[in-house]
Amino acid sequence: MARNVSTQRKIVVTVVAWTIGILIFFPILWTFLTSFKTEAEAIASPPSLFFFDWTTENYHEVQSRSNYFLHFMNSVVVSFGSTLIGLIIAIPSAWAMAFSPTKRTKDVLMWMLSTKMMPSVGVLVPMYLLFRNTGLLDTRTGLVIVLTLINLPIIIWMLYTYFKEIPGEILEAARMDGASLTKEIIYVLTPMAIPGIASTLLLNIILAWNEAFWTLNLSAAKAAPLTAFIASYSSPEGLFYAKLSAASTMAIAPILILGWFSQKQLVRGLTFGAVK
Amino acid sequence: MNLRTFLLGTCSAVALSGLAQAETLTIATVNNGDMIRMQKLTDDFTSKNPDIQLEWVTLEENVLRQRVTTDIATKGGQYDIMTIGTYEVPIWAKQGWLLPLDNLGAEYDVDDLLPAIRSGLTIDGKLYAAPFYGESSMVMYRKDLFEKAGLTMPDAPTWDFIADAARKITDKNNEIYGICLRGKAGWGENMAFLTATANAFGARWFDENWKPQFDQPEWKNALDFYVKLMNDAGPPGASSNGFNENLSLFQTGKCGMWIDATVAASFVTNPKESTVADKVGFALAPDTGLGKRGNWLWAWNLAIPAGSQKVAAAEKFIAWATGKDYLKLVADKEGWANVPPGTRTSLYANAEYQKAAPFAKMTLDSINAADPKNPAVKPVPYVGVQFVAIPEFQGLGTAVGQQFSAALAGQMSVDDALASAQQLTEREMTKAGYIK
Repeated sequence: MARNVSTQRKIVVTVVAWTIGILIFFPILWTFLTSFKTEAEAIASPPSLFFFDWTTENYHEVQSRSNYFLHFMNSVVVSFGSTLIGLIIAIPSAWAMAFSPTKRTKDVLMWMLSTKMMPSVGVLVPMYLLFRNTGLLDTRTGLVIVLTLINLPIIIWMLYTYFKEIPGEILEAARMDGASLTKEIIYVLTPMAIPGIASTLLLNIILAWNEAFWTLNLSAAKAAPLTAFIASYSSPEGLFYAKLSAASTMAIAPILILGWFSQKQLVRGLTFGAVK
Repeated sequence: MNLRTFLLGTCSAVALSGLAQAETLTIATVNNGDMIRMQKLTDDFTSKNPDIQLEWVTLEENVLRQRVTTDIATKGGQYDIMTIGTYEVPIWAKQGWLLPLDNLGAEYDVDDLLPAIRSGLTIDGKLYAAPFYGESSMVMYRKDLFEKAGLTMPDAPTWDFIADAARKITDKNNEIYGICLRGKAGWGENMAFLTATANAFGARWFDENWKPQFDQPEWKNALDFYVKLMNDAGPPGASSNGFNENLSLFQTGKCGMWIDATVAASFVTNPKESTVADKVGFALAPDTGLGKRGNWLWAWNLAIPAGSQKVAAAEKFIAWATGKDYLKLVADKEGWANVPPGTRTSLYANAEYQKAAPFAKMTLDSINAADPKNPAVKPVPYVGVQFVAIPEFQGLGTAVGQQFSAALAGQMSVDDALASAQQLTEREMTKAGYIK
C-alpha cells in the first residue's frame, strides 16, 4: 500500500538532505576554491567565497615542483593491486566462513578485526626491518603487500556479511548439479554477490588510495604515491594553504571521479541486506 | 650479422650502459622555500658532475623527521643525504649514525661558517653536518603603531619594555593586539619559544645533575610573565597559535609585535603576501638584564648517514649546496634577497646582500648572540638553546608544552602547570636513567 507523502514533508526532507549533503561536501568545495586563490587570499579574514582573482598559479607551481604522474601511477598500482589481491584471498575465506562455519568462526573474525585496533606505529620498526632485509623498501610490490594485509580484515568482514545474505540452498543446488568447489564460487556465488563485491572493491580502493601512514613510511623516491605528494606541500613555517589545496585537489580528483561514476554500486552495496 | 659486428655491438652496448649507470644520490629534504629553490637549481650541479644524478624526497618537517629517524635508526639505507636540524645532529653523531664531513674540499672554507651555527654541529672537534640555512629569533614590530603610541623600539629591548609597549598598543575593539606569541603545544612550537625565553629569565630545564628545574622561581617568573602578558595583550585563542597562525595575524595587521624565527622577516616584508610590508621594524629578542637573550638558534643541515655507499658523491653535493659559490648562484638567478641566510660570515660582509635584505644585520646579531653550548644563565649539562639535545626531549617537550598551553588557555593555573611539568619530567628522566 503506497503511503501519501505530503508536499510539505517532501520539501522538508529535500531541504534537510541537501543541507547535510552540502555540509559534508563543503570542505572539499573549500579546498577546491582555495586552490585558485593566492597565498595571501587563502588566509584573508574574512575569507571570500567566490569573488577573488582566480589564478592557476598554484597548479603551475605544483606541476613544476613535483612529478605528479609518477605519484599518480604509484597510487593507482598500489590501491588497485592491493584490492584485487585482497579480493582473491578474501572471497574464498569469506565463503568458507559464511557457508561452512565452525564453532570458532566468530572468534576468527573478531581476531582479524582486532589487528585493525592496533596502532600502526607500534609495529613500524619491525615492519621497516622486514622490508629492509627483503629489499622491499621503496618498491610498489612492498606497498601492495602491506596494504593488502592491512585491508584484508575489512574486505573479509564486508564479504562475509554479504555472503550471509545469500541462501545456502542455492549453493547446495549447484553442488547437486555437480558443480565443483571452484565452479560454485566463480559461477554461482560471485555473480549473486556482485553488488557486495563491487562496493567492497570500491571502498577498499578508496581506503588504499588514502592510506598515509605506511605509504609514507615505507616509500622514498620511487614508489611514493600521492600521499607523499601531498605531504610535501604543508609546512610549519610559511604560507602553504593555496598550494596544499591545489595538491590535494589533484590527489583526490581521480578517486572522486571514480566514486562519482560508481556511486550507484557503492550505495547499493553498502545498503545491501539492510532492508529485508 | 657476422661475429665481428655482433661483438662490436655488444661492446658498445656495454659501454653505453656503463655511461648510463651514473651514480644516483637520494636526498631527503624539508620543503622550506630555500630547499625548494635548491632543488630547482640542481642543473648547475649535475652539469658540473655529469656522473651524479639526484633524486629528491621533499617532505613536510614533521613527516621528514619521522621518516629519516626510522631509516637511520634501522640502518635502512634509503637516503644518501639527509636534511636534519640542529636538534638531531649532536644526538645522531654520538650514536655513530653520521659520518664526519672531513673531505669537503679545499675551496669549502669551513672557517667561514658562522661560529654559533658551526659549534652546534661540531662534536669532539669534528663537523658532522653542513649548514644549509640558519635562523634565530627576533622581535618584529609595527613601526606605525609604535609611532602612534609615542614609543621607540630600542635595538636591544628588555622584556619589561616589550610588555609595557604591548599593553599600550593593544586596541581590542579594533582587533589590534600588542603582542603575538606561540601558544600551540609542541616541542618545536610553544616550547621552542618558552625554553628560549626562560633562558633570558635565568631558568633552565635541568641542573648539572639532570634534575628538572620547573620548581624553581625562575620558571615561575617566566611563565607568569608570559601568561599575564598574553592575557592582557595577546590575541584571543592564543593557545592554539603556532608560527603560521601568528604569521597570518601579523601579515593582516593584527599584531603590534611578534617574536619568532628570523626567517619570518622575509615573509612579513613581502608586499605580495603582507599588508604591512613597509611598516615592519626589527629588534633583538628581549632580555631581563641577566646576560642572556631569549633568542634561539636553528639550522637545517645536510648530513651523510653512516654506512652510505656513495660517500664521495654525497660530499661533492654537500660542498656544492652549502658552499660559497651556491650563494652567488642563487643571487645571480633569483636575487640577493633569496640567498639562504645564516650560515656564512662572508655573506654578511657582502654590501649587495646588506642592501637587498634590510633584516640582515639583525639576523646576524641574533645568531651570534645565541650560544648552544651555554644557553642558560646557570650551567647546564645539555646542548641546545630552545631544546635539550637528548632523544627524550621530543616527547618531554611536547608533554610540558601541553601543560603550559593549558595554563595559557586558563584551564589550569601557572603553579599547577609547573608542578605537573616537574612531576612528569622527573618521572621520565628517572625512567631514562639520567637521575640515579
